Amino acid sequence: MTKLDINLNVNGETYPIKVEARRTLADALRDDCGLTGTHLGCEHGVCGACTVLVDDQPVRACLGFAVQFEGSQIRTVEGLADGDELHPLQQAFWDHHGLQCGFCTPGFLMLAVAVLEKNPDIDDGELRRALASNLCRCTGYQNIVKAVRAAAGAMKR
Amino acid sequence: MSHIGQRLRRIEDPPLLKGAARFAADISFDGQLHMRVVRSPIAFGRLLGVEVADALAAPGVAAVWTGRDVADIPPIDFRQVRLPGLASYRQPILAADHVRYVGEPLAVVLAEDAYLAEDAANLVFAEIEEFEPVRRATDAMGEFAPGLSSEAAIVHKGYGDLEAAFAAAHDIVELRLSLGRHSGVPLETRGAVACYDAALDLLEIHGAAKIPHLNRDALAKMLGRPSERIQLYEGHVGGGFGIRGELYPEDVLVALAALRLGRPIKWIEDRKEHLTAANHARDQTHLIRAAVDARGFVLAIDDEFWADQGAYVRTHAATVADLTAALLPGPYMVPAYRAAGHIRLTNKTPAGTYRAPGRFEGCFVCERLMDAIARRLDLDPVAVRRINLIPPERMPFERHTDALGTDVVYDSGAYERLLDRLLDHVQYDELRVQTEARRANGERVGIGLGMFVEKSGLGPFDDVELILHEDGGIEVVTGAASLGQGIETSIAQICADGLGARPLDITVTHGQTDRIGRGMGAFASRVTVMTGSAVHQAAGEMKEQLLQAASDMLQTPAGRLAIEAGVIGIIDRPQGPSLTLGEVVRGDAAFKSVTATFNSEHMTYPYGAHLVVAAIDPETAAVKIERYVVAYDVGRAVNPLLIEGQIAGGIAQGIGGALFEEFVYDDLAQPLAANLADYLMPTLAEMPGFEILLSEDAPSPINPLGVKGAGEGGITAAGAAIAGAVDDALGGTGDIDCLPITPTRLHDMLAGNIMPNR
Repeated sequence: MTKLDINLNVNGETYPIKVEARRTLADALRDDCGLTGTHLGCEHGVCGACTVLVDDQPVRACLGFAVQFEGSQIRTVEGLADGDELHPLQQAFWDHHGLQCGFCTPGFLMLAVAVLEKNPDIDDGELRRALASNLCRCTGYQNIVKAVRAAAGAMKR
Repeated sequence: MSHIGQRLRRIEDPPLLKGAARFAADISFDGQLHMRVVRSPIAFGRLLGVEVADALAAPGVAAVWTGRDVADIPPIDFRQVRLPGLASYRQPILAADHVRYVGEPLAVVLAEDAYLAEDAANLVFAEIEEFEPVRRATDAMGEFAPGLSSEAAIVHKGYGDLEAAFAAAHDIVELRLSLGRHSGVPLETRGAVACYDAALDLLEIHGAAKIPHLNRDALAKMLGRPSERIQLYEGHVGGGFGIRGELYPEDVLVALAALRLGRPIKWIEDRKEHLTAANHARDQTHLIRAAVDARGFVLAIDDEFWADQGAYVRTHAATVADLTAALLPGPYMVPAYRAAGHIRLTNKTPAGTYRAPGRFEGCFVCERLMDAIARRLDLDPVAVRRINLIPPERMPFERHTDALGTDVVYDSGAYERLLDRLLDHVQYDELRVQTEARRANGERVGIGLGMFVEKSGLGPFDDVELILHEDGGIEVVTGAASLGQGIETSIAQICADGLGARPLDITVTHGQTDRIGRGMGAFASRVTVMTGSAVHQAAGEMKEQLLQAASDMLQTPAGRLAIEAGVIGIIDRPQGPSLTLGEVVRGDAAFKSVTATFNSEHMTYPYGAHLVVAAIDPETAAVKIERYVVAYDVGRAVNPLLIEGQIAGGIAQGIGGALFEEFVYDDLAQPLAANLADYLMPTLAEMPGFEILLSEDAPSPINPLGVKGAGEGGITAAGAAIAGAVDDALGGTGDIDCLPITPTRLHDMLAGNIMPNR
């Protein structure tokens, strides 16, 4: 199958890659850009482990083809921390034991980043509805909610 | 300061938070081939032939194998609870003459790219003569193979004079109960990456989990290689729950392909494969009878059950039936008992262990029984449980059954105290009144209670090596494994206390077979108990040695020295001379690492209770859990933050198994829940708020720390308590006799369209 030359802009950097039209964004990020922080849990858009931000909107990276995202600004979990300084959401997930195996964590972090950037004053009901988009099999979610709620306060400061 | 007991946040978290972790799919080697498994689309039939020519000719394909190509590799053997007669039911790594479930591997394609491998796999055609599948363990027995019955074995346990108890009974209560088929379904699917280094004659396998050493030895046997020529490496692992890390056909195929083709081989499972090929669990039907006296005291239990093993007997052999039968009486006296568990083969995905294997099932059965006894004798369900509880003065309590090859001896427990703690917390009497008032108002709302005894800390041994590096860093090397439960942190806390060090100076190396000779891995809630105790021993020995070495350097008797926060100083002389641990090692060339082994012939038994308040939506028949409380006694809590996390995760999975999750099959044994839109795991929207009451009433007397395992008690009584609450909401009719309690089933039941099991 023919490969196409495309540029993906991820976390502010340009990745010139060569991909088949059928290659998913998630596979391109992981295998062609080497950004393996984005995880694949189901490859059919249910679990949300592959959630990345495309022009600040949360997107399931398993459901799009890489070639569709030329010209978009993509953000992944690797872009959250500033060197050794964790993003407030990463810090809050750590402080509140919001992860166990950590496989769903990048997806939850990116989802929560999008939610809080859009509405830092989100109420509990809306927040729970938004976070119900993704699956976690370890934590029972309560600590994830606590962490996001704590990060909301920190991000406003 | 004691580090044990602190709510220390986890030392393993930073790479996971930054996207820098290394899960199996994140590992790649230059020149690797990707493996794609071709799976049977038919539940049961004779494999007449597999056509591979088109696949072999497809772009990028290096090899295609069928059962014929791997006929020299024996089937996957058992690792525990081996019973006579089971061997004939083991699974070959590729189907040879029959296919026995949808999803069974029948060929593999090895290609340059994962996409190309999948393309070529679609070109493999299997010709199968279809047979009528066996769908349920309770169906008439069929044949696994010509002359080989579909009943692989019967597990028997029991004690006491059953006949006399039934003859003397005031009443006999009988129930037929069943549990659906569900499983752990970790968020990361399975995967393996193998690499053969011809120069060293060394096979490296990455993506190992749970039991790396045991799997190395099993692979060595299957591949005919010495164990030391195979090394397994555990990276990050995306959840285990019992099912991940068992040796599966795909693991062996990856190893074999790396050896035969001389190229690195990578296999990453997709979700559909996971849901049809990784171990399923539960799926039991019980017929239970109890002889009771007029007070509701259970004189005897007679339980016969049928366990749906699926198509093959995998590594766990009879484990789940063994645990079910051994531990079903839970926290209750039950002076006479008999259990017979039929392990039946069907044409579904093979089954194995899933968090609280056998106890989730047994607890559901035993607690439905307690409720039924209360109903029959018109007694309060709490009162019936209370009168049956084993009193603390009977500890240690010999159950007179055996589980996983050990005699079941409850080592300590104050069951009634825990029950009272839970009832006080919810103000039970008031809650009961409120709930009844709501029911009188037409609401369908109820309370359910489930009590249980868990098991943990399976031996027989655990080794650790404690290394003090010259920079003062302390490394714990263990054969245990991490599946996300936080063992690095809890082990560091135990080590820090034993040594007088800071947890942050301690690193924990686990799951690397080249770093320690033997290891038992992580299952059966064993790590904190077994590895923790070995670490405690090793740290104590190292502390002695450090004080001895420092005694010479500081010209002070060892008895007057102490280690605190990694610094050795003189007691009561804060301004006096001191040494860091690193300085001792650098100053004493003879200082060595310390190894220790902790042996245990018995498991230790934590215990708990779940209380649920649930309401049924009159329109949709959906069950809404209003309140979920878990009381759990772990003897001694090393890190309450992590233990609460384990319980919380267990609750979520328990709610899934009680209300939503089920591997449904149609009449041809085709799986109908093979994606995450059909196999319904709870999201945040389905999760209630929950309350966790952690207690330390009954430290274990059989390990030096007093700890008991915490990995499973969050799920054990979930089915029991939720079923009890829904049943109570329906007026305590006893109609809730199977899990999961789906809205469809409940709606049909409310409409009078279906009859319960009995």
